[in-house]
Amino acid sequence: MRGALPRWIDVGLVPLANVLIAFAIAGLLVLMIGENPLRALRIMLAGALVGGEAVGYTLYYTTNFVFTGLAVALAFHAGLFNIGGEGQAYIGGLGVGLLALAGDGTLPFWLLLPLGLVVSAAFGAGWALVPAYLQAYRGSHIVITTIMFNFLAAALMVYLLVNVLIAPGSMSPESREFAHAAHLPFMHDVLARLGLKVANTPLNMSVLAAAVACVFVWVYVWHTPWGYELRTVGHSERAAVYAGIRPQRVIVATLCMSGALAGFVGFNEIMGVHHRLLLNFTAGYGFTGIAVALMGRNHPVGVVLASLLFGVLTQGGAELAFEIPTITKEMIVVIQGLVILFSGALAHLSRPWFERLYAARPRPAAEGA
Amino acid sequence: MDEALVILLLTLSATLRVATPLILCAMAGLFSERSGVIDIGLEGKTLAAAFAAAAVAAVGGSAWLALGAGILTAVAMALLHGYACITQRGNQVVSGVALNILASGLTVVLGIAWFQRGGQTPNLMPEARFMPLNWPGAAALADVPVLGPLYGVLVSGHNVIVYAALLVVPLTHWTLTATRFGLRLRAVGENPQAVDTAGISVAGLRYRAVLLCGLLTGIAGTYLAIAQNAGFSRDMTAGQGYIALAAMIFGKWRPYPALGACLLFGLLDAAAIRLQGVRVAVIGEVPVQLIQALPYALTVILLAGFIGRAVAPRAIGVPYMKEH
Repeated sequence: MRGALPRWIDVGLVPLANVLIAFAIAGLLVLMIGENPLRALRIMLAGALVGGEAVGYTLYYTTNFVFTGLAVALAFHAGLFNIGGEGQAYIGGLGVGLLALAGDGTLPFWLLLPLGLVVSAAFGAGWALVPAYLQAYRGSHIVITTIMFNFLAAALMVYLLVNVLIAPGSMSPESREFAHAAHLPFMHDVLARLGLKVANTPLNMSVLAAAVACVFVWVYVWHTPWGYELRTVGHSERAAVYAGIRPQRVIVATLCMSGALAGFVGFNEIMGVHHRLLLNFTAGYGFTGIAVALMGRNHPVGVVLASLLFGVLTQGGAELAFEIPTITKEMIVVIQGLVILFSGALAHLSRPWFERLYAARPRPAAEGA
Repeated sequence: MDEALVILLLTLSATLRVATPLILCAMAGLFSERSGVIDIGLEGKTLAAAFAAAAVAAVGGSAWLALGAGILTAVAMALLHGYACITQRGNQVVSGVALNILASGLTVVLGIAWFQRGGQTPNLMPEARFMPLNWPGAAALADVPVLGPLYGVLVSGHNVIVYAALLVVPLTHWTLTATRFGLRLRAVGENPQAVDTAGISVAGLRYRAVLLCGLLTGIAGTYLAIAQNAGFSRDMTAGQGYIALAAMIFGKWRPYPALGACLLFGLLDAAAIRLQGVRVAVIGEVPVQLIQALPYALTVILLAGFIGRAVAPRAIGVPYMKEH
């Protein structure tokens, strides 16, 4: 019997078991390579959590995962699978870069900061608009169109950076560095002003934007009429129509918002860390967002927890690759794939075990008599 | 004039070689999707097969053994996809994405652990590869105008997988339209209830379709690693699995149109390589990225319904639930 489980098993134990299966397999892989998985785990955790520098890096990666995880989660609530986070983040970064290149000589910092936020969201949303429109009004499948748009974004960025935006005299396809007015303050600078000394890391103010984004998604999805419409469309488009909702509008709005959330990765990376436009700064964050959303069960709290886990994995994995050269940082990619497989496609694999366990639990004596 | 002909033939010949993995993957996807199982994972299966083939060729030194390893690997992944989608009724897109990511990570992790070459496999000797076959008479005909270069450059001089890929297309068409298995396969992708009512196993048919998909992606991966190249390099599929997916959709889930799309996309790629840095009158330097982006752009335009209508199999993506 499906659904015979109490909520704490359904929402707590089953997803936890799925993630544990994924990690157990990753551990076996480490064993197969000929290393000790427990030692690997210890190095990873220490590398990600011990010391200010480690924590700073972990939180910096977490920021990106929160953005892309929320992007995927939001779309999932409307029954849509946005694989295009990677491209939307890329184009979001392009927007921020163009803004900074155009305005860093004339506009002051206090204007560039909010503009950067708005522009990254707008460009990310813009890149989702065409697939969204096609899904809503022309019936073309969002999964395929967003995959195509990822490749289109990549081609566009290569073209622009190689031919148009490349800094004069530069050999590598990068724009010139932005003037200081277009740099997002690093958290270590912000905290230093408040009298707190922490290690220098790429962690910047966009982590605050990520926190706000979480609250925003939570309020939007569960506490506004638009969120109600969004979830209704996600449950049943036909039912939504009978409830007087126009699914087309909801689909376009949701996907654009999803694109905007992914676009913030560009804000973090370009304005916050690299301070110039460059290639491949999205580094697969868009795809990790899928794992994050599935693992976090599409809830902002879950997304934050899953993002933290992937932040730890990314930062700890880099340390691990340094300590044990036979384990490369691509191990994280393997874990990601396993998490998506077991928390997503095989999410029901462990359920029957829990159902059997739960059915066999010792019951109160009165029932047996 | 003669030189122009040779350039044209060389470009077409390159097209054929570039299109080969696309054709194999597109037919693979076609089998899977016509049975109702979405396959985003063509890319991952091909990549994993490429790695397995290159690794076995490097260790075992036999191209045929490598082909077997490539096929086995892709089939294993296809079965995993099948288990998730058919038996567990999981989300098919999610499963495909998982396999793609898994393959892109696993090939590098294992590659570095086994070969210590930054994710590459050792360079292969010609004996461990599928080398171009020169057809009899190519040399003798070389001096005959038109026919000589046509035979020598375009027809002869490819490796065995290129010819096999071209054979797979009519075979796929025949299987889908003329065999009992093919008719049932298509029925199960359109209306699984009807197939079930007729007493035929929906899951069994879908598993067979997924297996065929694994077989063909296995050949495609092997081609990339030990025929087109002399070893595996990280992420060597570079999106070709997705291009094949696009080609399959572009061909509206039918073999011959899909072949046409693969050849068109292959031609674009071959032309992009040839036009690199070349200045053309009026346009100036051709932006190569634009040509490379065309397959994706064309597919989006097609999906938008501007070039006819691409209608997917009706039951695609819907796990089959037997009624009790």
